[in-house]
Amino acid sequence: MASLSVRRLTKRFGPVEVLKSVDLEVETGEFVVLVGPSGCGKSTLLAMIAGLETVTEGEIRIGDRLVNTMPPKDRNIAMVFQSYALYPTMTVRENITFGMESRNVPKAERDAAVARVSSLLHIDMLLNRRPGQLSGGQRQRVAMGRALVRDPQLFLFDEPLSNLDAKLRVEMRTEIKKLHQGLGKTTVYVTHDQVEAMTLASRIAVLHQGAVQQFAEPRTVYDRPANMFVASFMGSPAMNFLPAEIVADNGRPAAQLSAANGSQARLPLSADWARAVSTGQKVVVGIRPESIGPHLHNGIASGAEVRTLEAVIDVVEPTGAQTMVLVRVGDREVITTFPSDATPKIGEKASLAIDMRKVCLFDPSSEHLLQR
Amino acid sequence: MSEVAAYDPMAAVAGWRYRRARIGVYVILIAVAIYAILPLLVIILNSFRDLDDIAHRGLIAIPLAFSLDHWGVTWNKFCVSGGCNGIAPFFYNSLEMTIPATIISTIIGAINGYILSMWRFRGSEILFGAITLGVFMPGQMVLLPWAITLGSLGLTNTIGGLVLIHCIQGLSFTTLFCRNYYVGIPEDLIKAARIDGAGFWRIFRKIVLPLSPPILIVTVIWQFTGIWNDFLIGLVFSSGSGQPITAALIGLATAGTSVHEYNVESAAVLIGALPPLLIYFFGGRYFLRGLTQGAIK
Repeated sequence: MASLSVRRLTKRFGPVEVLKSVDLEVETGEFVVLVGPSGCGKSTLLAMIAGLETVTEGEIRIGDRLVNTMPPKDRNIAMVFQSYALYPTMTVRENITFGMESRNVPKAERDAAVARVSSLLHIDMLLNRRPGQLSGGQRQRVAMGRALVRDPQLFLFDEPLSNLDAKLRVEMRTEIKKLHQGLGKTTVYVTHDQVEAMTLASRIAVLHQGAVQQFAEPRTVYDRPANMFVASFMGSPAMNFLPAEIVADNGRPAAQLSAANGSQARLPLSADWARAVSTGQKVVVGIRPESIGPHLHNGIASGAEVRTLEAVIDVVEPTGAQTMVLVRVGDREVITTFPSDATPKIGEKASLAIDMRKVCLFDPSSEHLLQR
Repeated sequence: MSEVAAYDPMAAVAGWRYRRARIGVYVILIAVAIYAILPLLVIILNSFRDLDDIAHRGLIAIPLAFSLDHWGVTWNKFCVSGGCNGIAPFFYNSLEMTIPATIISTIIGAINGYILSMWRFRGSEILFGAITLGVFMPGQMVLLPWAITLGSLGLTNTIGGLVLIHCIQGLSFTTLFCRNYYVGIPEDLIKAARIDGAGFWRIFRKIVLPLSPPILIVTVIWQFTGIWNDFLIGLVFSSGSGQPITAALIGLATAGTSVHEYNVESAAVLIGALPPLLIYFFGGRYFLRGLTQGAIK
């Protein structure tokens, strides 16, 4: 059963259409991440699910209840805000029990719930402090505690980690994942951070300009992005796009990179592309930085369908674990990944291997992914 | 070995110029301060002087002898506005008027501000603009409408009537203060409370009010001093024993036939000015802080 269904949901602020007929079915126990650049409508969508924004058109169902006009308190949801929104004049304990007090939950039950949540989140020692006396990470925990204590049907997270420093963010990310694995609560999580989306989600909904671009498992979104927007948004550094034309190469299709000349810039495609593309067709070849690198790069060499490409090293950016290398193929710039112990020199010529199984082809006019 | 700074004539000149400028600044500031405080000083000194002393040596002089007698006379014996109970009844009138008017206008202002900042509705900005228009409205413009209103409510020449006028007239300010302060409260707090199941009043009581002391202190000080010191409305809408102290002081000064008792008048003015001074003295810290305080973090 779907825990949350959003159907043809539209939101307009005056003449501005913020959400355009959004559909989203979230199964019970799922962790769905709404991801997209700022202004894509993801936070508005979450606010509408929470009941903090009105619905212009379409419907929202939580469980089997239509909640379009239901006030937030009756929706059986809990929400964690980006700013944490802890009540500054209340202690941590009061913050956590405020919702139960509003609902007239008996004191014994409230105390038991606080004890349960505070030990789960390791905030037992903080219960009598005020939010102003807590560090960012502790505030984050309290905000989570306030949501967890409700045992709601649906958890909503609005960019809960974006105010934390990088290290703490990674820790809390893992913690959220653990919590979800332990509790199995249906969760909708908004973020603009594609790494957060990839690591946390059971399914990712990529939003752009008020419309869902793709709603699928992280692996699918990453490997088979529905269009060039999704391809460039997910993954850092972003996917390389190289304009090309399909040519016949020994009876098999090949992508001739239009920027370069000479046969070394021709990428033969595997036979299963034959039905999807035709000779003379313009395409955009999408290659992830980690799918292109030096010839004997471990990840690429083993069992991959490898094509090589000649390139000139332009910029070298070591990240520690690996080195991002900007190379020049003809007049195009391509980001590639080198192992950190094989960092090339600037100006060098290199022969780069491409894992053709990971290559995506897009239609240049519609920007949609071409299916094999 | 430590380095010994050589004598630098340029630095010496700069230092001297700096000191000269400083001295100039202080001389000007002290002069202005004396000029500003002088009237108050004259009044205070006169309140301790005998009438003979004032008559012979003029208003501006150091007292020959300090006497507290005039304060006692002023408080409950002197004859003003037809009665001879001193200034005390009028002082109590002012308290009876100022305290309820301050409290009521502050509470309504806080509720107005809460609604106008956190429960916006279509036209709420226009409504806010209309309410704050009162800030710029001169007091004499409203005299006639109020005369008619008080008349039809049967509140003419009552303390209740004055309380009503000051409550309504003060709303513009109290609403403006509170609304602008509450705008700084993060919206997420209200959203979180709504999800937590708190309603309109519970959010106000449990979340907004506990954050309000800085602005409430500002509003109370503003209202208390404003209402206490108001003299136009008191003079126009009350008479005889129902007057607030500001209006009664006028009666004192224009008493007519007898000789001016400057010492009593001085003491009366000082008594009349005391409550706002005390309020400001004890709350001034918060007043300045509240006016400059913006967001709550």
